[in-house]
Amino acid sequence: MPTAEYAGNVVELNEEGFLVDSSEWTPEVATGLAEEAGLGPLTDKHWTVLTFCREDAAQQGQPPGLRRISKLSGVNMKELYQLFPKGPGKLAAKIAGLPKPQGCI
Amino acid sequence: MKRLLILGAGTAGTMVANKMRTRLPESWTITVVDPEEKHLYQPDLIFLPFGRVRADRMERPRRTTLGRGIEWIQEAVDRIDPDKRQIVLGESTLDYDLLVIATGSHIRPEETPGILGDHWYQSVFDFYTLKGALELRSALSAFEGGRVVVNVVEMPIKCPVAPLEFSFLADEYFTKREIRNDVELIYATPLDGAFTKPVASKVLGSMLGDKGIQVEAEFNAGEVDGEKNILRSYDDREIAYDLLVTVPTHMGAQVIEDSGLGDHLGFVPTHPNTLVSKTDDHIFVLGDATDLPTSKAGSVAHFEAHVLAENLVRATEGRSLLEDFDGHANCFVESGFGKAMLIDFNYDVEPLPGMYPLPVVGPMSLLKETRLNHLGKLGFRWAYWNALLPGRPIPVPNQMSMTGKRETAASAA
Ligand SMILES: Cc1cc2nc3c(=O)[nH]c(=O)nc-3n(C[C@H](O)[C@H](O)[C@H](O)COP(=O)(O)OP(=O)(O)OC[C@H]3O[C@@H](n4cnc5c(N)ncnc54)[C@H](O)[C@@H]3O)c2cc1C
Repeated sequence: MPTAEYAGNVVELNEEGFLVDSSEWTPEVATGLAEEAGLGPLTDKHWTVLTFCREDAAQQGQPPGLRRISKLSGVNMKELYQLFPKGPGKLAAKIAGLPKPQGCI
Repeated sequence: MKRLLILGAGTAGTMVANKMRTRLPESWTITVVDPEEKHLYQPDLIFLPFGRVRADRMERPRRTTLGRGIEWIQEAVDRIDPDKRQIVLGESTLDYDLLVIATGSHIRPEETPGILGDHWYQSVFDFYTLKGALELRSALSAFEGGRVVVNVVEMPIKCPVAPLEFSFLADEYFTKREIRNDVELIYATPLDGAFTKPVASKVLGSMLGDKGIQVEAEFNAGEVDGEKNILRSYDDREIAYDLLVTVPTHMGAQVIEDSGLGDHLGFVPTHPNTLVSKTDDHIFVLGDATDLPTSKAGSVAHFEAHVLAENLVRATEGRSLLEDFDGHANCFVESGFGKAMLIDFNYDVEPLPGMYPLPVVGPMSLLKETRLNHLGKLGFRWAYWNALLPGRPIPVPNQMSMTGKRETAASAA
């Protein structure tokens, strides 16, 4: 498994770039991952989403899906796409240090 | 008398009702509630738009699917009241001792602006309902060329391979009509590939490519502009269409939402291994109505029903529940021109190549197109009415097995 270092925090990543152990996550890791994903500096709105995702995942045992984020975080679908382009559910989970949402199959 | 009450007599509810007839003590009665006169075999909905099955062969009177001794109330449940252990049906109420929720999942085209409207069943169609599939059949037979877009609006949907199967069959259909060169086929999905799990996604993705079906991945449909024939995503990507085949947002039955028992999509939070409700010991959940991270498929309901039947017996005796359900799913994927693939997976293990149910001899090949798998798919029709619904055992293991499977680099990672 590859590892990466963000501002002195060493984390293990899987082949899709998601944290293997979500307890290794720190805000600095988020900043580093966001930069790599080409997001630019994280805004308060980004943090609202990331904080929601981490808290919800801790309660539910799995990362929230896109619809759940837009319904419960107070950030609507259109904004989510502006904040985390392309696949907001997946990208928010990645930067929040959570596993890839299953999308249920 | 005590009452086992089953809400919904579709695939899941019917199976468990029939299984319980011989398993409950004499002091128990079994009542099912379902408003619909007929039981529909949903897997044939992928064939109907291409005129490959007859609609009247897809349905049977519900009464004939329910074993003797099972009481059927032909009404819709309006509300569930877990505190009173009661359901509300119009003006009347009915008490229960144990409740099974099997009300399924249903398409909600109204969730996406523009799907419903003047163009619904003119240029925009679903095939997840009998009506939709029949309307689409007429539209397809009149179609002479242009762009057909198959769009999955959002996950989860029931039978997540069905839109892929539809696309493969469309390729075959237009080829046989000798107009394939005049038809552009596009598959637009919110997933980052053809399927949710990496190995199967690669195989299915390359099959789409081989058949000349273009994939638009990570496409989250936000609205349909029926005037201009444009499907637009939340991030303003646009796909023009002549014929839009949509698989709309799915949600649990309205009664779940009305009773405050569902998650944000109206699916019931369910214990993944015992199938008991997460909020009430007297409620069990089965089939598409659960929030479990496995496929919403008839095969899953079958594997679940095996565990559920045992747990209902244990619940009547006050014993601890069996934690045996592993998310097992087993689906045939019709790939066109008389072939199909088979995929087999569970909560932890993604679909892998190999042979099933026995190593080397199979007879079914996993993750590979064969003629025999296609016959298996057609055989499922017979097994559905004659073995699955009556609750008889079928010769495949209930829990997923690694026997006969080849681990690939991606799956071992
Ligand atoms: C196009 C398509 C292709 C498919 N292909 C396959 C396949 O190849 N293999 C496979 O395994 N699965 C397949 N499936 C999936 C399979 O049909 C479903 O997963 C299965 O039917 C789920 O069973 P269920 O009992 O949970 O829901 P359903 O069978 O949908 O039954 C739900 C029942 O609840 C009733 N109900 C709803 N609301 C109420 C209420 N308020 N009160 C009382 N009753 C109510 C309904 O009338 C219905 O009878 C396919 C589905 C589709 C749409």
